[in-house]
Amino acid sequence: MNIPSDLKYTRSHEWVRSEADGMLSIGITDHAQELLGDLVFIELPEVGRELAAEQEAAVVESVKAAADVYAPVAGSVVEVNQTVVDAPERVNQDPYTAWLFKMRPAAASDLDALLDAAAYQQLVEAA
Amino acid sequence: MQKTVLNESHRQGGARMVDFGGWEMPLHYGSQIEEHHAVRRDAGMFDVSHMCAVDVRGSDARAFLRRLIANNVDRLTVPGKALYSAMLNEAGGVIDDLIVYYLDDSSYRVVVNAGTADKDLAWMAARLGDWQLGATITPRRAGADALAMIAVQGPHAREKVGQVLPECRSACAPLKPFFAALVGDYLIASTGYTGEDGYEITLPAEQAASLWQALAEAGVRPCGLGARDTLRLEAGMNLYGQDMDETVSPLDAGLAWTVDLASERDFVGKAALLARPQQVQFLGLVLLERGVLRAHQEVRTAHGNGQITSGTFSPTMQQSIALARLPLATAVGETVQVAVRDKLLSARVVRPAFVRNGHILV
Repeated sequence: MNIPSDLKYTRSHEWVRSEADGMLSIGITDHAQELLGDLVFIELPEVGRELAAEQEAAVVESVKAAADVYAPVAGSVVEVNQTVVDAPERVNQDPYTAWLFKMRPAAASDLDALLDAAAYQQLVEAA
Repeated sequence: MQKTVLNESHRQGGARMVDFGGWEMPLHYGSQIEEHHAVRRDAGMFDVSHMCAVDVRGSDARAFLRRLIANNVDRLTVPGKALYSAMLNEAGGVIDDLIVYYLDDSSYRVVVNAGTADKDLAWMAARLGDWQLGATITPRRAGADALAMIAVQGPHAREKVGQVLPECRSACAPLKPFFAALVGDYLIASTGYTGEDGYEITLPAEQAASLWQALAEAGVRPCGLGARDTLRLEAGMNLYGQDMDETVSPLDAGLAWTVDLASERDFVGKAALLARPQQVQFLGLVLLERGVLRAHQEVRTAHGNGQITSGTFSPTMQQSIALARLPLATAVGETVQVAVRDKLLSARVVRPAFVRNGHILV
């Protein structure tokens, strides 16, 4: 199970990377993509949309099932990754490179409430 | 959970195993889309040993099946000929869909679905008792003479089976669609659930793992239930429990062609079907926008609402497709709206065979 140590995680299987400019990149974990199987459709939020923490932000669909992707913290959407919309299989191939959208967090300190790699690993193993 | 005799082969092949109606089966071995393409373009194989082969034998075997199922086994006159049909309850609902192979006048092989096998066998035994007919019903999924089933499907399936089982080449090469040949202990049938050419091979369970291995070495790709579902949906074939069940008439599930209402013959459910003709049309949908159609989504047409019974993303068409129950007045070619989450997406109504023999038909 690939769980990079430099990322933060949510209980709903998103990963969060803090970028140098203060923005957050958000994607779904290796565990999530493996559970879903081959992804065939991704719907991303509109740039500028304000999201509350744990609000539905995006949808990823595999051949088998649809899953919501939630905002890990409150904030606004600043960018979406059109590359994964055009080629959803990139999320299967490299889930930690294939980010879905970027957010400007309402408060940087909200990140402290997210899971670190060790805690996320425990969560996955307990499931 | 129950396991087929190929369970260890699947694990060694890196399968992700899932619970399918109480059976631990492979969902995929890495990528269900690549497995799907292998069947459309080359050859793939499926473990279908969870399905239940049932031998019906005896002097009244034909009389029993004539009353039991909706299609007419009198149409089976050449040994090896197969017939797809449904077994109905008195209300005309589908207890199961099945294939009957005619071996001789006192010997038939019926293959039923995995999750329904127990209720099917109970139903069959009860009807046999009611009708006091001379036949035996022997399930072959477990026990000393258990059978396994491997479906090998794809444009190169016959050729690869021929390499692995040279002894069956002369008997099987001329098989027309929906026929079977007995070769020693093997029943090799030109049937399948993918819309491609190929065989379904029924063989003694203890020989299944070595055949699976030999086919893999001949370049036949192991495929899981995920690819099986996208392939059957592209082929416009029904899935029991999803497209029809005991509450659904075969006439409303696109199965009228498997029901013989023309002959004098009586069968279970016939009176109910005659009393309640077709209520809805069972048609296909092709999504004209991005997204994925799923079972239970509502379909809005100019003639009223309908519902999707099976939906998926078609790897061959690179579009979403579905099977749906639509109002009787709906015509092929119309554009309808499907409620997908908070949106209405446009879809085109088509005849429900989307892809056959590698070609897109809609």
